[in-house]
Amino acid sequence: MEDNVILRVATKILTPYILLFALYVQFHGDYGPGGGFQAGVIFASGFVLYTLIYGLETARLVLPLRVASLCGALGVLIYAGVGIATMILGGEFLDYDYLNSHDAEHGQHLGILLVELGVLTTVFGVMVVIFYSFAGRREAK
Amino acid sequence: MLAVAALLVVRLKNLFTVAMVTGIYSLLSAAFFTLLDAVDVAFTEAAVGAGVSTVLMLGTLSLVGHQQKEHKTVQLVPLVIVTITGLLLMYGILDIPPFGESDNPIHHHETTVHYLEESGHETGMPNVVTSVLASYRGYDTMGETTVIFTAMVGVLLLMSGRKGKGSDCGEGDRNGR
Amino acid sequence: MNAVGFLNYWFVVVLMMIGFYILIAQGNLVKKIIGLNIFQTSVFILYISMGKIEGATAPILNSNWSVYSNPLPHVLILTAIVVGVATSALGLSLVVRIHEAYGSVEEDQINEMDRSV
Repeated sequence: MEDNVILRVATKILTPYILLFALYVQFHGDYGPGGGFQAGVIFASGFVLYTLIYGLETARLVLPLRVASLCGALGVLIYAGVGIATMILGGEFLDYDYLNSHDAEHGQHLGILLVELGVLTTVFGVMVVIFYSFAGRREAK
Repeated sequence: MLAVAALLVVRLKNLFTVAMVTGIYSLLSAAFFTLLDAVDVAFTEAAVGAGVSTVLMLGTLSLVGHQQKEHKTVQLVPLVIVTITGLLLMYGILDIPPFGESDNPIHHHETTVHYLEESGHETGMPNVVTSVLASYRGYDTMGETTVIFTAMVGVLLLMSGRKGKGSDCGEGDRNGR
Repeated sequence: MNAVGFLNYWFVVVLMMIGFYILIAQGNLVKKIIGLNIFQTSVFILYISMGKIEGATAPILNSNWSVYSNPLPHVLILTAIVVGVATSALGLSLVVRIHEAYGSVEEDQINEMDRSV
């Protein structure tokens, strides 16, 4: 689809806004609908659009498969890491009150922010890896 | 509308059309969720069901071929099983409290009351669903993240290399990617 | 007996049974997974409609509203949607590998090939 000028130009214009919208959904998940899962899927869909228009090889130069699968693992590590950090700071596993020594509410806020970041990273990495795997198989007929 | 979409999936033979109709079904159910005041769920269903799922189905259909073979039109045994199960479920539903009443027992359980009342000043965020998902039920969300990570591992194990004649071709392709 | 209240749930049961029928009666493996998706989505509609309150709003705290719909089913269904897409992705990749091994994704052809070997 690379020789279709309209699709190429439209993708180049749209992709940064899609990624920005994903970050907006992620950080405004506290005040309205949104959160880590939705943001991860929208972020991945920006990359899927790029892959559909420019081809799998070009997309793999932008985001290699290894980096995407690393992202998938990193998110789970962030999530569990927040839990271990609260245990080190004196509380139970995933008790966010202990993340901030002065104010429990700020600790909760920080904990939820980090945890949603972990979820975003994992969902983004997983969706991109799955799409690359399906698109990278040679066609049947 | 939802039933029409579901019945179309049963009858159509061209699988690309079926994938599109499934996307329509997901989008209609996301609209239905919005009507039922479940905005987070509608957002996720629209993004995941009408977005990612449809893309994956189209990717699969481009690999396996998109015309369904004809076979005998109506099969009796599945139809009988489905009808009996449906009638049993409808009979069981007669015990459910009426739809939308605010004095249903589900709304007065102490957990729900605690979440709606205390979540504002315990976590400081207006979105109750996010605070329950990430803070009060954070352990379940960690399990869910692990599940989707496992799906990635599974898909990588099954489909990482180019199409080969067997597992030995898969090994070599994974190194020479 | 509030018949209008039940009508909502019975309609969801009808959707569930259509998805169930696709799952067990159709021979094409991809269509089976699509039927599983339809089944899952109709179960979600059942749970969410149990949490709705008439005249209430979405569970986002706001000083203008006093009654909110129940947030607990929303949380459960969010997790369930994500798990559902993980299942579908794994199922579809299995279908792709079956196609490469057998040459077809029709259930009766695959069974015949297994029996004739």
